[in-house]
Amino acid sequence: MHPILIIVFAPLLAAIVGGLGNRMLGNTVVKSITTGALFLACALSWPIFLSFVNGSAEASVVPVLQWVQSGTLSFDWALRVDTLTAVMLVVITTVSALVHLYSWGYMAEDPDQPRFFAYLSLFTFAMLMLVTADNLVQMFFGWEGVGLASYLLIGFWFRKPSANAAAMKAFVVNRVGDLGFMLGIFGTYLVFGTVSISEILAAAPGMAGATIGFLGYRVDTMDVLCILLFIGAMGKSAQLGLHTWLPDAMEGPTPVSALIHAATMVTAGVFMVCRLSPMFEAAPIALTFVTVIGAATCIFAATVGTTQWDIKRVIAYSTCSQLGYMFFAAGVGAYGAAMFHLFTHAFFKALLFLGAGSVIHAMHHEQDMRYYGGLRKHIPLTFWAMMAGTLAITGVGVYDLHLGFAGFWSKDAIIEVAFARGTEAASFAFWMGVFAALLTSFYSWRLVFLTFFGKPRWAASEHIQHAIHDGHHDHPSDEDAGHDVAHAVPDPKHGDGTAGYHPHESPLSMLIPLGLLSIGAIAAGQVFAPAFLDSAAFWNGSIFYNENLIHAMHAVPGLVKYAAFIVMVLGFVIAWYGYIRNTSFPGMAAKQLGPVYRFFFNKWYFDELYNVVFIRPSLWLGRKFWKIGDEGIIDRFGPDGAARMVALGSVGAKRFQSGFLNTYALWMLVGLVAAITWVML
Amino acid sequence: MGAFPILSTMLLVPLVAGLACFFLQAKAARMVALVATLIDLGLGVVLWANYDIGGAQWQFVERAELFSGFSYALGIDGIALLLIMLSVFLMPICILASWESIETRVGEYMAAFLFMELLMIGVFAAQDLLLFYIFFEAGLIPMYLIIGIWGGKDRIYASYKFFLYTLLGSVVMLVAMLWMIGEAGTTDIPTLMQYDFPPAAQTWLFLAFFASFAVKMPMWPVHTWLPDAHVQAPTAGSVILAGVLLKMGGYGFIRFSLPMFPEASAQLAWLVFALSMIAVIVTSLIALVQHDMKKLIAYSSVAHMAIVTIGLFAFNVQGLEGAMIVMLSHGLVSGALFLCVGVIYDRLHTREIDRYGGLSINMPNYALFFMLFTMASIGLPGTSGFVGEFLSLAGVYQISTWVTLVCTTGIILGAAYMLYLYWRVAFGVQKNADAAAMPDLNAREWVMLAPIAAAVLWMGVYPESFLAPMRKDIAALDARLSRAAPEGDSKPAEARPEQVRRNAANAMPHHDAADGEGH
Repeated sequence: MHPILIIVFAPLLAAIVGGLGNRMLGNTVVKSITTGALFLACALSWPIFLSFVNGSAEASVVPVLQWVQSGTLSFDWALRVDTLTAVMLVVITTVSALVHLYSWGYMAEDPDQPRFFAYLSLFTFAMLMLVTADNLVQMFFGWEGVGLASYLLIGFWFRKPSANAAAMKAFVVNRVGDLGFMLGIFGTYLVFGTVSISEILAAAPGMAGATIGFLGYRVDTMDVLCILLFIGAMGKSAQLGLHTWLPDAMEGPTPVSALIHAATMVTAGVFMVCRLSPMFEAAPIALTFVTVIGAATCIFAATVGTTQWDIKRVIAYSTCSQLGYMFFAAGVGAYGAAMFHLFTHAFFKALLFLGAGSVIHAMHHEQDMRYYGGLRKHIPLTFWAMMAGTLAITGVGVYDLHLGFAGFWSKDAIIEVAFARGTEAASFAFWMGVFAALLTSFYSWRLVFLTFFGKPRWAASEHIQHAIHDGHHDHPSDEDAGHDVAHAVPDPKHGDGTAGYHPHESPLSMLIPLGLLSIGAIAAGQVFAPAFLDSAAFWNGSIFYNENLIHAMHAVPGLVKYAAFIVMVLGFVIAWYGYIRNTSFPGMAAKQLGPVYRFFFNKWYFDELYNVVFIRPSLWLGRKFWKIGDEGIIDRFGPDGAARMVALGSVGAKRFQSGFLNTYALWMLVGLVAAITWVML
Repeated sequence: MGAFPILSTMLLVPLVAGLACFFLQAKAARMVALVATLIDLGLGVVLWANYDIGGAQWQFVERAELFSGFSYALGIDGIALLLIMLSVFLMPICILASWESIETRVGEYMAAFLFMELLMIGVFAAQDLLLFYIFFEAGLIPMYLIIGIWGGKDRIYASYKFFLYTLLGSVVMLVAMLWMIGEAGTTDIPTLMQYDFPPAAQTWLFLAFFASFAVKMPMWPVHTWLPDAHVQAPTAGSVILAGVLLKMGGYGFIRFSLPMFPEASAQLAWLVFALSMIAVIVTSLIALVQHDMKKLIAYSSVAHMAIVTIGLFAFNVQGLEGAMIVMLSHGLVSGALFLCVGVIYDRLHTREIDRYGGLSINMPNYALFFMLFTMASIGLPGTSGFVGEFLSLAGVYQISTWVTLVCTTGIILGAAYMLYLYWRVAFGVQKNADAAAMPDLNAREWVMLAPIAAAVLWMGVYPESFLAPMRKDIAALDARLSRAAPEGDSKPAEARPEQVRRNAANAMPHHDAADGEGH
């Protein structure tokens, strides 16, 4: 049996057993089964990946079951393993296994643990189906499967209205992207006569310049197909316009945010573009579109991230921004760099989320950074893990020494390659990328300084007050945000801002994943950069690899190479000045910048805009179609009208039957005359 | 099986049992009905097992000449087989669903259902045009009675509306049928399917049939009987109505309109497309603002049936097969959703969505089934809903990108109204004490829902079982339609410039039977 079968189906089996066994099996059994399945999958995935790194493995496809055969359209269940898949395998199984382990500690007090673990495993299965897909429809299966799991996990605490709303929003917004994905699949089938990815990619270069009819226009075939598919990617990867669900998705438990909304699911769009890279290479306009959307998302999310107070929302916008980097890397043709950033980002962003989870755990589900402060003395291990993540995401490293944290390798490569590409869109992406790097450094250090440095400020936190007064039985589902409510004045007896509450370090089950991910955040870039960036042999044809572009990337001027480093230091200094040195500065700056600050703080007003443009009109139209269309017009003039006609007719008929002989005689005469006239004529 | 008249037996069993029910006490009537429907299910399984895939087009043929060309002729192809399977599969579940909730006139009720089953199987198995018409129209009567006698508060209005709509359409169809018999000189459906009616007459014939089938589907704007009928019908009535009766419209298109009037079908495809596009948008939006669970699902049915009609008129294999799978899937899924509504209606006696909430706390098993069927209705891959929707839309894309774009928005709106429903029913806090006190599924309800769940997943993961029996029949239909198949607006062209110009010229509107494109 090929190990890929175990890797993919062990999580499914665990999810079914755990989910259906739920109360019967009990917490510990279900947790052990699901976590065990994931560690098994992880243990089997690394050898596959390493065999691709050292070049000893070849791409293969393992057939599973026939799926659909309709005319010439046929697709089967099959598992494809090549370099690209292998990269995703280790990312998914590693982060998932660690998140499963972490959840033992984080979810320890939750009454619904089996359900949580079953959902996590179900998600992992769907994600693995997505990345092993050999045809577009199976990819869509995984695509929707992760969407389902994401929906279930965002809404895991289903008693909270905000969690339900967020879950539904995530599903529906993703469906908007899916509309594009589905049309893309239909078009691809029409053009290529197949949905098999390998056959499509083989035929794609020959299609450059061909045209197709679309909505009454004749357009370039590959451009329209790639843009349609990319719209799907925009939904799943929360790119500008379809990003609104991701910040709200933070309603889910924090381990979910780490696994789904940082490391794996949201990168599915990047994976899709890389998987189909030969198609995109034949579609210049689509690539420009990808570049511009990626760069715009990158800067948009970074600006919003600088203003948020909720620790998870900062990291969520950071994720959105980093995904933008990956997309514009793909857009300029550096698919290897995009995948490399996906790879390193998975480690350091999962680390940051799990670290944030550890902070939240210590702070009794307080998520507002205004009520943190000075935590490095209370939870030192979490602090060091978060430091590793922050050093990685801000891209700390020295170019000439070839030493740096994970993000240094991948992000700098993306910025350099955008410069090397030199097209207009790529230059736009370069400048946006550099500016976003500045903001990344700023918001990341802002997060660290607000959380771990300065003096404790949590005396006024409702969650902490709650924890002190109601004993220590706190339920995770109390994680509802009451941040807009005015907070109580700190207890005067405890003037140190702690109100007598002392945060405690998280249990070992949470610290071990933090430690392992820290290793990834520190070393993943250093170790794997040669393979991901510079080795066509490593990719072995699984993505489009542009050798010349990579040479050009290495040959960019020194200033470009140091651009990211310079803005990183700048961002650090600003954050340090604003949140350590002169803490009244940020408030002042916010006031000075007034409208701009509010624009960023309110997330560019996307939610408000969509509410006015889509949601309210839909409901209004629904009511009108129902009350006026169906009941007012169709029924009134249709069946009810017919009934009224019959009623009226019978009233008229009654008049004829007056019972008077002379009336009857008169009508007989009229009829006779009419009949004779008609015959005569 | 040879000479054993299995189709007639499948008609006879419910007939005899139905007659017996009139004279039986409630308890015995329930038992007889259950046993009879199970026997028919068993016979259905035998039928499927013995159906020779790739064999003769018409199998299990029975024929008895009666008078003046009218004959008692039965026989099935793969399409009919699948729809008969759907009917006999849902019937025992319907009897179980009525086990406790129907307390008055039980014998008559069971008899009505059994006659319903007889007529449904008859519709799909009939090989004689007049015989088909009789079954098709007689099917109205038991359903009319089921709604009118055992229905809810406004049952009289609903049943009259149901009857009026469906009957009016049928009268025109009968006239068309009589003309066809005169023209072709036969009432034999397989012969008529090969007969080439003059194109000028086809248009009128098509419209006459369309009047009947469009009401049955139902298509916008003749759909308004459906929400009322569903809301007032008892649970089992809704299941049969959504599960099987609506499929008669689609079956009518695939059996009569398309093969008998291919040119007219191609010519009037724009009408079908336009009505379907309106239906998807309008009824989905209406579903979004419903407060009544049954009404919501009823409106969603109209939207789903629109996917069937566009698939049928795509004139290619994917569209036709997709439409068939949507019909089967919708029969299972909407039936199951109505059962889900019935389960909680039996406990609280209200269909008002806001009276529920937080049911996944006290009814976790129920919530799981409800989630599965919700996802199937949304068309999540891995469930039956996806396979049909995907094929149908993939087929239409080859004909019209506009229609595909508009109808694919149904996947967004569908997700919105179904998840909103699920949220309000199963998630949130338990705000009503009586809803919070409802017990989870009992054994009878498990037996009702579990088989449908299994079928939904089976059809989603391995639809080959359902595609294989009809493959040859769809291919034959596709071949017959190919001479009239319209040119799509999405035709790809090679990179050569002269080719581009030629295709641009082809894209000009022209309604004559274009050079048929084989598939």
